[in-house]
Amino acid sequence: MTATQKVKFYQVGSFAVGNRLLEADQRTVQADVSRNNTITSGHRACQGCGEALGARYVLDAAMRATAGKLVAVNATGCLEVFTTPYPESSWQLPWVHSLFGNAAAVATGVAAGLKAQGRGDIRVLAQAGDGGTVDIGFGCLSGMFERNDDVLFVCYDNQAYMNTGVQRSGATPSAARTATTEAVGPEPGNAFGQGKDMATLAMAHGIDYVATATVSDLHDLEAKVERAMEFHGARYLHVLVPCPLGWGSNSSDTIRVARLATESGLFPVYEAEHGSVTAASPIRHRVPVEDYLRLQRRFRHLFDSQGAVKRPDIVGRLQQMANRNIDRFGLLTNEVA
Amino acid sequence: MLRQLEGSRAVALAVAACRPQVVCAYPITPQTHIVEGVGELVKSGELAGCEFINVESEFAAMSVAIGASAAGSRAYTATSSQGLLFMIEAVYNAGGLGLPVVMTLANRAIGAPINIWNDHSDAMAVRDAGWVMLFAESNQEATDLHIQAFRLAEDLSLPVMVNMDGFVLTHATERIDVPTQEQVDAFLPPFEPRQVLDPADPVTIGALVGPEAFTEVRFLAHAKQLQAIGRIGEVADEFARSFGRRSGGLVNSYRAEDAEVVVVALGSILGTIKDVADEMRERGTKVGVVGISSFRPFPLEALHEAIGDARRVVVIERAFSTGFGGVLSTDVALAIADARARISTVVAGLGGRAVPEATIAAVIEDAMADRLEALRFVDLDEGVVARELARMAGDRRSGPSAENVLRDLRTVASRSV
Repeated sequence: MTATQKVKFYQVGSFAVGNRLLEADQRTVQADVSRNNTITSGHRACQGCGEALGARYVLDAAMRATAGKLVAVNATGCLEVFTTPYPESSWQLPWVHSLFGNAAAVATGVAAGLKAQGRGDIRVLAQAGDGGTVDIGFGCLSGMFERNDDVLFVCYDNQAYMNTGVQRSGATPSAARTATTEAVGPEPGNAFGQGKDMATLAMAHGIDYVATATVSDLHDLEAKVERAMEFHGARYLHVLVPCPLGWGSNSSDTIRVARLATESGLFPVYEAEHGSVTAASPIRHRVPVEDYLRLQRRFRHLFDSQGAVKRPDIVGRLQQMANRNIDRFGLLTNEVA
Repeated sequence: MLRQLEGSRAVALAVAACRPQVVCAYPITPQTHIVEGVGELVKSGELAGCEFINVESEFAAMSVAIGASAAGSRAYTATSSQGLLFMIEAVYNAGGLGLPVVMTLANRAIGAPINIWNDHSDAMAVRDAGWVMLFAESNQEATDLHIQAFRLAEDLSLPVMVNMDGFVLTHATERIDVPTQEQVDAFLPPFEPRQVLDPADPVTIGALVGPEAFTEVRFLAHAKQLQAIGRIGEVADEFARSFGRRSGGLVNSYRAEDAEVVVVALGSILGTIKDVADEMRERGTKVGVVGISSFRPFPLEALHEAIGDARRVVVIERAFSTGFGGVLSTDVALAIADARARISTVVAGLGGRAVPEATIAAVIEDAMADRLEALRFVDLDEGVVARELARMAGDRRSGPSAENVLRDLRTVASRSV
């Protein structure tokens, strides 16, 4: 987008600028008829799957950024399962899956193997869900970051173990109902004061590039993938991907829910280089957290049948978390605190 | 050229001569000297074109090897005991994917109680992981088996584990003929896998295989192991022609042809057993020894032939299956199921306990006199065990075994109670 643009070309209900109104070189990779279709059609993802959408944009952008010289390593999880029902495969790039918790280490091995063969021009992208990133895959991921291996690790965060039936992970938000944090008792849903801030943990490793993104701003997501591929060494991209099944949201609301996560301040979207935040996406239309929560059955216990807040104490605590994000990243002023 | 070397150093030199392209290292006693040696050779430039990666766990070590192998690079790592257990999910994965990774297992006991010394409990824990499992009797054989291992792995598209006894071999310094680079290059062609992660020809590796095809994939894993039975012998023969000495193969028979009692074992204990056999033969007892070099695939036919008509078979094992008995013995029993031999399992040398010649001789004499039980733990401190068993019989309270024994001796955390 050019800075001098005055006229708002916003699509209905969103702040995304229509591709057709942009210069050809500014349009999304997905708008390009010659895009790679790295995850091609026919896969088995649920309707409205945020992960399928996010991965499609990430992979196609990475393929363009590397001129097709890319290998993908996948952790066990929905993305692996729905793309490779043997003998079929959606993957239009070299792709390997080993285990749930070792995608980062396998990616290290692929990168090292290629380098040893003098083929270091081929880049490596590892991908996992939040479980394969913040929980079972964390050891291998931290090791890969610490060694600064030449791998872009992408976490598609749908905030629980969806492939096994929606169990709590270290990325599940407070108060959210999962199959192992049921909405019963005096403090229904997931406990407060738990969970990992994975992007911050990645930054603490001092790696060159860390970014967060959501599937509500796909242009931003592509741009971050392209930026990430400009660095050599360990990089981390954390993408919020709503899961209609696990979140209890409408399939048609995936983009909307992701947008409200950022517009409420619950999911800050930012970039960091060499351990410091360099940019944050401003909130352009702030909403209270209940607007985000109300669309999801995993937070239904916080509302009554009319949609009114039933647990103002819990919603209040979630609002405080959003407020802290807004302050910390300067999401309303676009000034990083 | 003969050199006076520590076993680990000789293995490091042999591995380096195989020109691995990715080596991952995580320390665990008694394996560490091997990867330290390879690391030094990479750092000094003697082993060129190799990425040496210090990983954060054994699970990562095997995972890095999997990635490197899938990308078409020759990959190597080494581990022991707890390390092997920590990587076990990836060990099975490499086996299932058929990636020709080579790994040294410096055999060590598994805790609890934690114990760093030699036995074969670790190897037995991955018996069914789909790897070729070779056992070295000596440091010369350990050295040679690594060169054969890369050849076998890449010929068969199977990972190969070279087992060498921790400390007994890894830390023993002896005269070893380390193959030259020229010899190894002539024996081991470059790694040329059929399917690699290459953008020019994209493949999907590691897909989700359902009930309709899983059995076929698993059967092929078994069939490859059966092929390996033939290939292991061929590679050992070829090695003998190229290097002028025999190492490896399926089984190694020693004075077993006319033996009345045959002792079967794995690893370095075979040297002691052979000495005992020599002494007993001088006294007129017909003792033979059969060492199993290839534990997986298990050489049923070759073992049957090697044991021949011996009436008594004693399997000396440095591991056992709790609640059952011998592990190796079960396989040996199957190999001689149609013979009338009496088979006994002798559990010896657990957690590094020495197995002296007198112990082995006594076992053989008891076997000859039909006094050897189906399962015997040798050199057991009967007093300690009996006291603890007696206590347990009258007291249902649980507690960790080693610490319970101490409490019976009125010692708790080094205090008298």
